[in-house]
Amino acid sequence: MNGFVSLWSYLSATPLLWLTATIGAYLITENLAARLGNPPWANPVLLSVILLSPVLVFTNTDYGTYFEGAQFIHFLLGPATVALALPLWDNRATIKKSVIPILCALVAGSTVAAGSAIVLAQFFDLSMGVLLSLAPKSTTAPVALGISEAVGGIPTLTAVMVILTGIIGAIIVTPLMNILSITDWQARGFAVGVAAHGIGTARAFKVNPIAGAYAGIAMALNALLTSLIVPILLRWLS
Amino acid sequence: MLHTLGLLLGCQLVGEFVARGLGLPIPGPVLGLAILLAALALRRPLASALRPTTEVILAHLSLMFVPAGVGVIGNLDVLSSDWAKLLVVLTLSTVLSMLVTVATFIAMKRLMYRLKK
Repeated sequence: MNGFVSLWSYLSATPLLWLTATIGAYLITENLAARLGNPPWANPVLLSVILLSPVLVFTNTDYGTYFEGAQFIHFLLGPATVALALPLWDNRATIKKSVIPILCALVAGSTVAAGSAIVLAQFFDLSMGVLLSLAPKSTTAPVALGISEAVGGIPTLTAVMVILTGIIGAIIVTPLMNILSITDWQARGFAVGVAAHGIGTARAFKVNPIAGAYAGIAMALNALLTSLIVPILLRWLS
Repeated sequence: MLHTLGLLLGCQLVGEFVARGLGLPIPGPVLGLAILLAALALRRPLASALRPTTEVILAHLSLMFVPAGVGVIGNLDVLSSDWAKLLVVLTLSTVLSMLVTVATFIAMKRLMYRLKK
């Protein structure tokens, strides 16, 4: 028993354990989501967090210790954001074809996504730290974390808000657009890409390929715009 | 693969350098995205050289959110006291944003169509 305790205290302090646990949890939940037919609520990120968090709490592991292992994965968010340039470049012909609707919808949607979060957070009397963490919620996680850090929010809280926003958008978009009888796949896809980033985009690809392509364009453009808009909106609205 | 990784990191590094150096509120990687976009426009063959590695990275984008997501264990106090408000804010804000985006997109598309005629 004593041997196990000392082995555990050794392993739980090395980066190896929590790095492996993070990848393992993701592989399990991704597989589970695929088996369920990838419904929007069975999001592998959300499920991985639900799987890992109790383990950390139960084993009395603080986030700092966990992050020493997980940081190797977290670090890849930066190069992954840079890599978004490629799908944007690949879609340049499509973007050129409808450049005016794309740019106008992007500016309007992105402003409302961040602005309404700021206004609503004040209306519901949420604290300043929470407000700052909420503002970039509609943009893709690596960018949102960067913005949150830059404006003084709590990046880990932003990560949770971004993931929840993606799931909410992915669940709502199809019934909402059907109720309004909007049949333009370009517009539908673009809307979910602006409001609900990558998780919304993944959903759009499952519903319609044109919607998926426009959602992807919206997500990448919104990553560029949100980082410009959030600091300005914060100055105006709060 | 190593070339692509080097280029991605290089773009991020330059982006980080410029953003911090000039005190811009834009995250370094976003500036790196813009730099890579410019590089692709200047050197067209670059796209096919980058594709294999970037496709692997972007296909596993979800995994990279997990470490930050687990940070929820450090924010349980905020979430347990404000979860209902947060859920309302997120839902309302997401619906509003989708409605405004879809309406603007369709209105501008119709306008452009009419102007062309």
